[in-house]
Amino acid sequence: MIAYIVRRVLYALPILVGVNVLTFSLFFIVNSPDDVARMHLGHRHVTQEQVDLWKRDRGYDRPLFYNAGAPGLSRLSDTIFFDESLSLFVFDFGRSDSGRDIGQDIRQRMWPSLAIAVPTLLLGVLINITFALIMVFFRATYVDFWSVMFCIVLMSVSGLFYIIGGQYLVGKLLKLVPISGYGGGWSAIKFVLLPVLIGVVSGIGAGSRWYRTIFLEEASKDYVRTARAKGVGEFAILFRHILPNALIPILTGIVVILPLLFMGSLIIESFFGIPGLGSYTIDAIAREDFAIVRSMVFLGSVLYIAGLLLTDISYTFVDPRVRLS
Amino acid sequence: MPVVLLTDAFFFALIALTAFYAFYVARRPHLQTAWRKLARDRSAMVSLTVIAFYFAVALLDSIHFRPVLETSESGEAVYSNEVVSLFDRLVSPLGERFEKTYSEPLAVHAYVKETVEEGGVRHRVYPRLEHGGAGLGDARRAAADIGWRAAAWGLAGLLSCAGLLLLLCLALAGPGRALRALRAVVCNTTGPPLRAVAITVTLIVVAIFVVAGLSHDYHVFGTDKIGEDVLYQALKSVRTGFLIGTLTTLIMLPFALVLGVCAGYFLGWVDDVIQYLYTTLNSIPGVLLVAAMVLMLQLYMDQHSEQFNDLVTRADMRLLFLCAILGITSWTGLCRLLRAETLKVKEMDYIDAARALGVARPLILLRHVLPNVMHIVIITVALDFSGLVLAEAVLSYIDIGVDPTMHSWGNMINSARLEMAREPVVWWPLLAAMVFLFGLVLCANLLADGVRNAFDPRSEWNPS
Amino acid sequence: MEPLLSVRDLCVETALPGRRETLLRDIAFDIRPGESFALLGESGSGKSLTALSILRLLPDGLRVRRGAVRLHGQDLLRRPEMSMRDVRGGSIGMIFQEPMTSLNPVLTAGRQLTEALGLHRGARGARARDAALQLLDEVGIDDAGRVFASYPHELSGGMKQRVMIAAALAGEPELLIADEPTTALDVTIQAQVLGLLKKLQADRGMAMLFISHDLSVVAGIAERIAVMRAGEILEQAGAGEFFGHAHHEYSRRLCTMLPGLDKRGQSLFDGARLPPPPRGGERLAEVRNLAVHFPVRKGLFKRIVGHVKAVDGVSFTLRRAHTLALVGESGSGKTTIARALLGLVEPTAGEVHLAPPVAGGARGAADAWERLRRSAQIVFQDPFSSLNPKMQVGQLIGEGLRTRHAVRGDALRDRVAELLAQVGLSPDYMHRHPHQFSGGQRQRICIARALAVEPELIIWDEPTSALDVSVQARILDLFQRLQADLGLSYLFITHDISVVAYMAHEVAVLYRGRIVEQGETAPLLSAPDHRYTRELLSAVPALPAFAA
Repeated sequence: MIAYIVRRVLYALPILVGVNVLTFSLFFIVNSPDDVARMHLGHRHVTQEQVDLWKRDRGYDRPLFYNAGAPGLSRLSDTIFFDESLSLFVFDFGRSDSGRDIGQDIRQRMWPSLAIAVPTLLLGVLINITFALIMVFFRATYVDFWSVMFCIVLMSVSGLFYIIGGQYLVGKLLKLVPISGYGGGWSAIKFVLLPVLIGVVSGIGAGSRWYRTIFLEEASKDYVRTARAKGVGEFAILFRHILPNALIPILTGIVVILPLLFMGSLIIESFFGIPGLGSYTIDAIAREDFAIVRSMVFLGSVLYIAGLLLTDISYTFVDPRVRLS
Repeated sequence: MPVVLLTDAFFFALIALTAFYAFYVARRPHLQTAWRKLARDRSAMVSLTVIAFYFAVALLDSIHFRPVLETSESGEAVYSNEVVSLFDRLVSPLGERFEKTYSEPLAVHAYVKETVEEGGVRHRVYPRLEHGGAGLGDARRAAADIGWRAAAWGLAGLLSCAGLLLLLCLALAGPGRALRALRAVVCNTTGPPLRAVAITVTLIVVAIFVVAGLSHDYHVFGTDKIGEDVLYQALKSVRTGFLIGTLTTLIMLPFALVLGVCAGYFLGWVDDVIQYLYTTLNSIPGVLLVAAMVLMLQLYMDQHSEQFNDLVTRADMRLLFLCAILGITSWTGLCRLLRAETLKVKEMDYIDAARALGVARPLILLRHVLPNVMHIVIITVALDFSGLVLAEAVLSYIDIGVDPTMHSWGNMINSARLEMAREPVVWWPLLAAMVFLFGLVLCANLLADGVRNAFDPRSEWNPS
Repeated sequence: MEPLLSVRDLCVETALPGRRETLLRDIAFDIRPGESFALLGESGSGKSLTALSILRLLPDGLRVRRGAVRLHGQDLLRRPEMSMRDVRGGSIGMIFQEPMTSLNPVLTAGRQLTEALGLHRGARGARARDAALQLLDEVGIDDAGRVFASYPHELSGGMKQRVMIAAALAGEPELLIADEPTTALDVTIQAQVLGLLKKLQADRGMAMLFISHDLSVVAGIAERIAVMRAGEILEQAGAGEFFGHAHHEYSRRLCTMLPGLDKRGQSLFDGARLPPPPRGGERLAEVRNLAVHFPVRKGLFKRIVGHVKAVDGVSFTLRRAHTLALVGESGSGKTTIARALLGLVEPTAGEVHLAPPVAGGARGAADAWERLRRSAQIVFQDPFSSLNPKMQVGQLIGEGLRTRHAVRGDALRDRVAELLAQVGLSPDYMHRHPHQFSGGQRQRICIARALAVEPELIIWDEPTSALDVSVQARILDLFQRLQADLGLSYLFITHDISVVAYMAHEVAVLYRGRIVEQGETAPLLSAPDHRYTRELLSAVPALPAFAA
């Protein structure tokens, strides 16, 4: 088990290097730091001095990969690639283009993100599985047919509509909860309620249909027929036989996104003014603060790979056939 | 003078490809089983009918040209600088009649008060619209006028549909059997669900007649902030949505196909490299990757604005790049599916038989593997379409989608965000965008459902 | 005596709108208490459907149109669904064909047993555990404690089938339905399971409905037999009467079409004498010390820690116009040998000596392999996966001609037509697609495809085990006619001893990657030397001597 985890972490390294090189080339080679500086300074009437100053402030005036002018090892270390990209591997995110400490921001902003994302996920999974089980129980009847239709309709509505419509209906018309904002401590609940509700509702369509497909596939397997031939009741078949087997794909689908919950939901957070990592990213995109976007891309991949590892480990708990070696 | 934008070219290429495939399948009956099954699926066929109308709008809107301004005496035409599409011409003057600012659907008055001087006295009134209900003398008769026009045009639509159906029966079944064919359609005894399709066509045509009849004198979906007709905007957005949904797939398909099949067939280091590639791309959260790429693209286009001088070309290039970027982020899913399916096909005895006969590897891939994984491609293309159309809306909403000057549902929703916060609320641009978006996505989803049922050998309606 | 189960006028049809199709027509039979009753029929004859409709477990899309299934005089088809649960696993237990998939993979064997015990005997906790261990003991499992705690994937196929039987016995049924319970098992395991079923039936005084396509298996276990074809019962008779003088032509044909040592040289299909093969026997190729090892990788950098020796030093000689049979159970390496000969897997070691020999040296050795591969073709077991469903028959057969001999156009079409005729198919089939053909026809297409490149050696990899007896008879006929006409050398891979006895000139018995015994067919089968061969031969169910 330990050896397996070590091996997986070692496997992850080349992937992170790949992500790193990709983002580095996107942000520093496709467009030179000069271009970025001009854009930030408003590129109409910018003198070269201003550009140079902007670059010097952020350390972008050094060579990309190899600093011939520096002594010894710092020929490699005193470069943009070393400082801006490799330092990410020790989670040193550096400063944003507007001068803020990104690491500090991330530590602060991940909690509101989690406060939205975790309840959304848990509640969503619970509701979706329940709905899917109902559909499977009534399979090949009109209940099933119209439930599937209902799901397709739900998933055909743009997520934006759920957000805008939900905010308008619940926040503005019914005035049940504040439209947007966030507070510390327990007062956060009233701000969290609506985003969570909208997050859950917008996921029902696709989610429960997916679970239904998984359940139906299990329901058609031979062992279900064996259980029926043993005289096991329909409910027991659903909960004792189908559900544990279906949990394998379901759980692994969930586990892989668990770490990504830290990143929060981009749209929902920015719309409801939640000071989480999602809105942080959106703001950075809007302000074209590439240092933050770069950091978030790296963080996202690290979390995704962590999710893959967790998935493999979770297999051993739900599937007796899987042994990590 | 015809103008072919890059996206137009790709779109036409896509249509040609589809036509080629249809021709290919039409000559091979064994490939038709799944399509025949799809043709009997009622909800899929109804959806396909609706999508066909969307497609028609997208196609008409993709035929661009510069209109002739005047013809000089020597016979040489002088062309306008403005690029318009066939669709613009068809619905003209829908796109050219601007009000001052917001107006409600079918309104005759503006939505905001204006100060008007009348005989030296200043009033704050809702002024009459310039075009909405312009032909009307008395504004109070608007409701009756609208009702009368809608009924008349609706009836006209109904009659023309009935006529069309009769003509089709006559043309296809011959004069002797026309009545019998008509009865088969009406009693729903045809193989493909022709009655449902006929009803759908009728409903849409009637709606088009009513809307077209009304929009001549009214703004059916109102006007937006700058006074542009919202119906026109929503219709122009069809092309954007349709293109994003199809071109993205077209761009990513070759990569996913070649890499997925090669990884699954050759295994070994080829597989390692390809898996590394897509795991790396997959590990970056999709939106972030798109955001990073679009930001870079935006910056590049800003810095090299001399290459993108023309506003239309610029927006068009951005659309194409967006499709490419979405393609880069979305090929991994299909690639993985194809790899898995190729692994399965590779285990089939017919591959071994071909190897034992000494058939060359490229030929095995082309003749034995590719045709047997095509169903995955068709299912994925159908499933991805709706997701991509929805993605366009979200991306444009956070300003990393299509060009802000381009008509798109995402841009409409983006501006609606502020409009919903106004008092009183401006709700119709959002509603219009949502209705058109929902219509397309719902039909695409239903069609995808049908396609999956028809093509997936493991699907639930295939008990064997 | 009052029958235990009585089925009357049972009709089953598809419930799909538009296409109504009758799958079972007027099925009627009785099973008396303690009796062993067999439903015998080829694939698609409706025997499994009959069993499933007794327990009302028909798959979605099928329904019973009319009829009655009476258990102790009570009609099961008219009982409410809820009370069927007491019947299923209670009065009637059922076991299925595929032990691999018929057990729930995430529950332990013990859990699946105690579930049934809880439902039908109300046993919970330690009491259920004791009862389960006792059941496992009863079905002949020695270390019941270990099996109780094991998950299905940790058990072998035979073990799984025993666990399934134990679960079916949990409710102490009066009737056990066994749906092809041994078809997926190896011959030796099959013999054990059949013995177990017979013993259980005797001990418990339980009736059994045994479903099988295999006449010799049925002969060993059934007291009464019903023959089914195309959804109907053709004939019912006691075992003695059935094998003595069956009434129905079809039943008689089923018996006569079984291959065996006594039928060598005559057609199974019509009893005609087959043309004797040309006096062959010259050496075509000699394979020496063939070995195929698959590396086992483990650890951080996937180091090779060992090898699975799928084939471990096998030598044999292939002769012109001769058939060499490779006999072995699953996992013995017989298919790997075929794949290695064709170059589909790279052999780890081994050499080929051809007649006439090619030049020596390393170059010559590679040349010899190459020439063997060019002169060999293969026909696979599964006629459904061995034809590319997206190609026309003409393309499928012509592919080798185009590749090897660059034949094109009219010449190609003529040759394909000729090949189709050679395997007994109409040349008109050229433009059809594989899905339009039955299993037997597909196998003929596969043969035509192999013949197209004019091979000297054809490797048959269990070519008839997916086919029904009647189809097998015709295909075996075709094999021998082709060998006689073309002087082909055959390497015949099978687990079916009766086919070997019927048509092989020489036999090699494979056991765990090695040949344990080889020699001429008749002497080897009548007086086997090796312990494993004896075990294998004694496990083969035998038909009673019977008058055709």
